[in-house]
Amino acid sequence: MSAPTTGTGVDTGEQIGAWETIRAGIRHSPELREGFAVTVAFAVVATLGRVVVPIAVQQTLDRGLGSDGRAGDLGFTVTMLLVATAALVLTGVASYFMTARLFRTAERGLATLRVKAFRHVHDLPLLTQNSERRGALVSRVTSDVDQVSQFLIFGGVIAIISIGQITVATVVMLFYSWQLTLVVWLCFAPLFLSLRFFQRKLSAAYGVVRQQVGAMLSAIAEPVVGAAVVRAYAVEARTQRRIDEAIEANRAAATRAQGLTAFSFSLGGVSGGLANAGVLVVGVWVGVAGDVTLGVVLAFAFLVTLFVGPVQMGTQVLTDAQNAIAGWRRVIGILQTPADVTDPGADGAPLPHRPVDITFEHVGFAYPGGEPVLHDIDEHIAAGTRVAVVGETGSGKSTLAKLLTRLMDPTTGRVLLDGIDLRRVPFDSLRRRVVLVPQEGFLFDADLRANLRYGRLDATDADLLAAAEALDLADWLAGLPRGLDTRVGQRGESLSAGERQLVALIRARLADPDLLVLDEATSAVDPELEMRIGRALERLMEGRTSVSIAHRLTTAENADEVLVFDRGRIVQRGPHDRLVAEGGVYGRLHASWVAQQGR
Amino acid sequence: MSAPTAEKATLRDGFAVLGVAIRREPWVFTWSTLGSVLFGALTVADAWVLGWSTERFVIPSFEDGELKPGAAIAVIALFVGVAILRAVGIVARRLGAGIMQYRMQAHYRRAVTRKYLELPLAWHQRHPTGQLLSNANSDVEAAWMPIAPLPMAVGTVAMMVVAIVQMLLADLVLALTGLIAFPLVIVVNVLYQRLQSPLMTRAQALRAELSEIAHESFDGAMVVKTLGREAEETDRFAARAEALRDVNIRSGRLRSVFDPVMESLPNLAVLVVLALGVQRYLAGDSAAGDVVTVAYLLTVVAFPIRSLGWLVADMPRSVVGFRRVSAVLGETGQMTYGEASAAGHGAGPARLEVADVEFAHPGSGATDAEPEPLLRGIDFTVEPGRSVALVGPTASGKSTLTSLLVRAVDPDRGAVRLDGTDLRALAHGELAGAVALVPQTTFVFDDTVRGNVALDLDLDDATIWQALRAAQAEDFVRALPAGLDTRLGERGTSLSGGQRQRIALARALVRRPRLLILDDATSAVDPEVEGRILAALRDQAEAAGHAPPTLLTVAYRKATIALADEVVYLADGRIADRGTHQELLARNPDYARLVNAYEVELEPRPVAGSGEEER
Ligand SMILES: Nc1ncnc2c1ncn2[C@@H]1O[C@H](COP(=O)(O)OP(=O)(O)OP(=O)(O)O)[C@@H](O)[C@H]1O
Ligand SMILES: Nc1ncnc2c1ncn2[C@@H]1O[C@H](COP(=O)(O)OP(=O)(O)OP(=O)(O)O)[C@@H](O)[C@H]1O
Ligand SMILES: [Mg+2]
Ligand SMILES: [Mg+2]
Repeated sequence: MSAPTTGTGVDTGEQIGAWETIRAGIRHSPELREGFAVTVAFAVVATLGRVVVPIAVQQTLDRGLGSDGRAGDLGFTVTMLLVATAALVLTGVASYFMTARLFRTAERGLATLRVKAFRHVHDLPLLTQNSERRGALVSRVTSDVDQVSQFLIFGGVIAIISIGQITVATVVMLFYSWQLTLVVWLCFAPLFLSLRFFQRKLSAAYGVVRQQVGAMLSAIAEPVVGAAVVRAYAVEARTQRRIDEAIEANRAAATRAQGLTAFSFSLGGVSGGLANAGVLVVGVWVGVAGDVTLGVVLAFAFLVTLFVGPVQMGTQVLTDAQNAIAGWRRVIGILQTPADVTDPGADGAPLPHRPVDITFEHVGFAYPGGEPVLHDIDEHIAAGTRVAVVGETGSGKSTLAKLLTRLMDPTTGRVLLDGIDLRRVPFDSLRRRVVLVPQEGFLFDADLRANLRYGRLDATDADLLAAAEALDLADWLAGLPRGLDTRVGQRGESLSAGERQLVALIRARLADPDLLVLDEATSAVDPELEMRIGRALERLMEGRTSVSIAHRLTTAENADEVLVFDRGRIVQRGPHDRLVAEGGVYGRLHASWVAQQGR
Repeated sequence: MSAPTAEKATLRDGFAVLGVAIRREPWVFTWSTLGSVLFGALTVADAWVLGWSTERFVIPSFEDGELKPGAAIAVIALFVGVAILRAVGIVARRLGAGIMQYRMQAHYRRAVTRKYLELPLAWHQRHPTGQLLSNANSDVEAAWMPIAPLPMAVGTVAMMVVAIVQMLLADLVLALTGLIAFPLVIVVNVLYQRLQSPLMTRAQALRAELSEIAHESFDGAMVVKTLGREAEETDRFAARAEALRDVNIRSGRLRSVFDPVMESLPNLAVLVVLALGVQRYLAGDSAAGDVVTVAYLLTVVAFPIRSLGWLVADMPRSVVGFRRVSAVLGETGQMTYGEASAAGHGAGPARLEVADVEFAHPGSGATDAEPEPLLRGIDFTVEPGRSVALVGPTASGKSTLTSLLVRAVDPDRGAVRLDGTDLRALAHGELAGAVALVPQTTFVFDDTVRGNVALDLDLDDATIWQALRAAQAEDFVRALPAGLDTRLGERGTSLSGGQRQRIALARALVRRPRLLILDDATSAVDPEVEGRILAALRDQAEAAGHAPPTLLTVAYRKATIALADEVVYLADGRIADRGTHQELLARNPDYARLVNAYEVELEPRPVAGSGEEER
């Protein structure tokens, strides 16, 4: 994985073993356990049924056709065949129930797992989400889960039946001769002992395969999302090369894993041949000494096949399982990644409904593995103030906004709203009362109505229009040929950049927060419209607290107070006029701004 | 989705898909099938070895009361030899099938992704990323799934043919009776395909939807979080996941009927043959040995039928997957390129000519049928080395116009020309060699700083640093843990908004374009830095001894606009006015109101604030 410089990343799950994975998987999907005993019972019936038919055939051939000088017996044949038919039907029915039940439990269990994993991705801290590529995350809730279902449907039961058959065969063999049983087991011992080794190898190989699938999807998704840039710079060839590399890596990994599977599977047959020979040779050797009879040796030659069959089945399941387990592990890996920005839920203290005041208590922050980007921010912002945050690119403004809305927790110090530590505020209270309009506008591929309602789910069309009106954007909305039915396209890309920001603003307005945090929320809007929105926001946020990050200093001019950032510290604070007089960083920014507005 | 294929998948379609694979990989197919035949033959040989050992070794040894070492070694050698050969067969079959399957997957994935890169942006806007991922992953995988059981099935067909011939030779009547199972097997298979294929069509579509929702939802995770919509997103995903679950359960139920039926049909035939056989034997019509032979051979035939069943069981999904992939591969509308070449950097600034261009976004406007042109009668020329500021209110079509200039889309009417050559006549890559666009929304690849700036160019560090310096990105890149080799993460999440923008700017500058288009490229940059970037832009060209590139800037800031030789004022998709900044300020009140808006605010607010009164 090409981990970017930041973020803790999603648990790869590499450290958990196969059994642990299965156990954890079943814990996460309790459906898998439901009625398992009954399913196994059906499986046993279905397996036994397979034996009944050949036996009936044998009997019929022996007695129906007559042998050893006895005459054929039509009556017996008919009875026998009716019994066999009944057995056949019974087997079929049992096998139907077994498979149908397996499909049902597996699919139900996996749907649960899929949904849980999806939800957990959203519960992960922003930084963890960002450190993982989207395509790889998608593969975890789609194709990784599909791998598990393929295996679960047959693997589990076959494994159990195989172990059962091996046990039965061993008991029967012991009944005949312990020496020869020992021979059979000795011949298989190398296989059994090496299985663990192969299982590890296979597990690693399939782990690589699943990871490559994620990498491949990421490699495909990226240029699709950035299609415009790929075209503009004509880097199709380079992009295709990168995709091809990912596809090829995936192919090579899958082929390698398949080679290992084939090889380890074939070992079962070799052990079988060895056991066959061993039984005959040792049987004769012991038999010559008088310890076993000829009959026993011949019977054993047949019993060995009863042993080899399930062993081969078992090896096959074991190898197939590794692919599934690798997928399972990746899904479980998500669930095991701690969501360290957690919702205190009912234990928390909801925010009282009123304008919020903000306290930063010696807040410091460093992105994982990086230098601190905020140093000892220690400020109080009174309820109802409009604060503007300015500062150079990369000085830490957005970082502060993310701490204030608890997308991340500070590395040191505390952020308090109304005197309550943010970490103690339940999410449903926090998300309703505090809304951030982030720097990057993102809309869902739906119509405008659905996107606006994202701010308040029960909003009617009238509410939406009223919100647009309140932001002085009613004429923009009215100017759209399809109004609220306008499709915004993927990520909102069928709207202009400015329009996307308008949507984000109306959406935030609908949420009706007590603390609004705007991170360059109008950076792409034309100046005239921006000023209109600014005035409207001023009215709307009357009596509420707002924090606006902006490069255009008009926002600062209109704010009650300005916080000036410089390399992760607040170096100046106060109303615009005073700061201009003070000079310093703000003085410089302002002079430059004025110059920019010059002719 | 492109042509949702509602038609049913038939057995013939299933075999046709496999035919595609066999034609493409005939050799791998051949040796994996040979492996399967070898395996079958050695299974028979195993029985023979057992018989031989019993007769030649076990019984004589017991009779003689002594173990003959030579015979013992022969027995061991035979058993182990056969087992090893059989293992070789298994490896050949399984590995061969794997190689074939994964090669076909890789081949189709390459083809599909190549198509993604070729298809026009408008197509991409209609097809969600998650769906494209599903086409390239789940659909391709489904299409080639039956390759795994294929060699086994084909190998056993040989076994089946031999068995059937022997059967017919042994006892015609009994054999024909037993073979009645065959038409039944076919009927069952056809029925299975009929019933299963609509379910599979639905399942693959649902898989695509799941991938679509997941991709979109994860992409917008920040919005989901800030508005606390995790539960709603989960519901959206769960609805699809549960629909897929239900379809899979239904399809599983069908499979649960199919498998045992396929397994018991030959067995039933055995029972019927036995009943008839015993009766015929007693009546003296058949020999006992022939009854046994036919019955035994029928049980032999049961195995190929089962393995054919495994093959056929995967077919509906395969056909559906293949069709979904083919639908993408069959898409047309990719841009065509001409032969003409354009002078690259170093050839001096370019001349840009926009001639009477009209453009409508497909699917915009009040109805789908008649998209309303967004841009109409756009006609202007930028002489080499001149700079033009493109100014216009939000959504007036500025970005759309820039996308026409880099040929991300083609105009519906009129033409864009570079040095007199229609962009459509240029060969692929020629335009990008001369023109660079810094788009309004920055896109950073999951790559190093170096990779993001250089892209496909082979540049030395000094050149990259120079571009970074000009884009005012040098300081923060130097502070990154691995400098130029620091990976930036998907979409550049480890950078601040302004830092990302500067990387995008450096990407354009490093190409020394002859025409540079900046679409609001400094919006997230603070004024101080923007000033420095603009100055660097001016100096860079002079220092290099080039005439400065022709420049088209979308901007609102007056300093940026004032730098331009000319302003094109775009409103409602038309050029509402053009001239110098001063001219427009003086004669166009709308323009003045737009660019002076900030200053109106600075003054004590006038009673009826009209921009015209300002300056
Ligand atoms: N996810 C991240 N991982 C590592 N470093 C980061 C991450 N996000 C931001 N940074 C770094 O932290 C610093 C502050 O970034 P921040 O986004 O807060 O800046 P900003 O003041 O909002 O800048 P801008 O005005 O460009 O938006 C920058 O140097 C940036 O490179
Ligand atoms: N792919 C698209 N499909 C349909 N309509 C589109 C598409 N892209 C843009 N539009 C519409 O075309 C109009 C112009 O968009 P464009 O992005 O060119 O505006 P702009 O002038 O760049 O605006 P801004 O200043 O906000 O960036 C908008 O109304 C937008 O909704
Ligand atoms: Mg920022
Ligand atoms: Mg634009």
